[in-house]
Amino acid sequence: MATGKAQRPTVRRMTVAASLLTLFAVVGVGLVALTEDSTHERIERNEREYLLRSLNDVLPADRYDNALFEDTITVVDAELLGTTQPVTVYRARNNGIPKAVILTPVAPDGYSGAIRLLVGIDYDGTLTGVRVVAHRETPGLGDAIEAQRSDWILGFDQLNLNQPPLESWAVRRDGGQFDQFTGATVTPRAVVKAVRNSLLYFKRHRDALFANETPSAAGQSEAASPQKNQQESRPDIQAEREND
Amino acid sequence: MIKEIALQGLWKNNPGLVQLLGLCPLLAVTTSVINGLGLGLATTLVLAGSNLCVSLIRNTVRPEIRIPVFVMIIASLVTTVELAMNAWFHDLYRVLGIFIPLIVTNCAIIGRAEAFASRNAPLPAVFDGLMMGAGFTLVLLILGGIRELLGQGTLLAGANMMFGADTDITLHLLADDSGFLLALLPPGAFIGLGLLVAAKNVIDRRLELRRQALPAIGVAAGQAG
Repeated sequence: MATGKAQRPTVRRMTVAASLLTLFAVVGVGLVALTEDSTHERIERNEREYLLRSLNDVLPADRYDNALFEDTITVVDAELLGTTQPVTVYRARNNGIPKAVILTPVAPDGYSGAIRLLVGIDYDGTLTGVRVVAHRETPGLGDAIEAQRSDWILGFDQLNLNQPPLESWAVRRDGGQFDQFTGATVTPRAVVKAVRNSLLYFKRHRDALFANETPSAAGQSEAASPQKNQQESRPDIQAEREND
Repeated sequence: MIKEIALQGLWKNNPGLVQLLGLCPLLAVTTSVINGLGLGLATTLVLAGSNLCVSLIRNTVRPEIRIPVFVMIIASLVTTVELAMNAWFHDLYRVLGIFIPLIVTNCAIIGRAEAFASRNAPLPAVFDGLMMGAGFTLVLLILGGIRELLGQGTLLAGANMMFGADTDITLHLLADDSGFLLALLPPGAFIGLGLLVAAKNVIDRRLELRRQALPAIGVAAGQAG
């Protein structure tokens, strides 16, 4: 039996409680919004710097003069790039002349999941550098693919599909020329395969990758469908819209 | 009072070794001293901040909504700290990753808000937060140090993530290839923490024995498991 006397204070108390709660929510949101507002520029710059630093690890900054971030396209090739998701390709040019690309393929068959890579390839098909961006390989064993942990990944520099020959693009245990790690063969095997596939991809689609000339042309979203190799593994190249 | 608060946070009621709170980040990030230091400082900041806020509003907030309010305060503070770290310690932020936002779920924080800050004046509350945070950081540092030394043979590797790009105060104490892998893997974290807890208990037992001086020699030994 709820009497009116008892109900009044209850309702009042609930209202006060609700308003207080709302007040704190507003103050909390305000605090977060304020911080977000004062840091987001810096965070964005950090992200860019970080990305540029990793890009310059695989492709020295003196090789190109364009803004790598703005000259990108995305391509899809599940077989050679290791993922069904669109893969970003950074295109490096010097005075407008194509110099190199940086592919961001995935090695899908790491020991514990996918290994994300940056693969820099010179216009003539030679590797300018390879780095691991993200992986979940076993610490102390598979993580020797990180440049901070060992020099193994630097061994790819200056290699191409003829040097070594295609059949030697494998770890030693599989008859190739790349070292595996003590206790970890799966990881380097996956990385070697992914790098080789990236080179193959570049060889097949080089001209299409550089097809649309300038970043401003990319804005027109002319789908640069590759002229060659249309019969097999045609990449869906889409010009990425840049709003600059 | 002040001495007692400090003693509680750093030793008697240490969040890491006695309350065993916040174990998830504690075990996950302590692969190196610097990682531990980063997470420890972030947690301390949140602890002190939330204790201050909770203490300031302790007479305004009704008991029935205090927990949601605490949660809201803590969540806002953690997000703020996360954004700040992303802006000013970007590399460290990358390493610690998900464990920064996960400070929200560190029970030590809401535990202190409820148990201490909501019943005490702002000044002692902040001090309690700082001391609890310091105790937690200390455990992170020691565990991080043990694991880094055994696993990689270094100490303080990656200091450049916190103190600017030019700082390299890495100490290479063991030969390069002598890393003891287990120390870096999750089981190593559990074993390391277990040993730390055990060491603390041993020290406590010794102190207790000494305090009781002569009469009760046979009593204290061999009882607690």
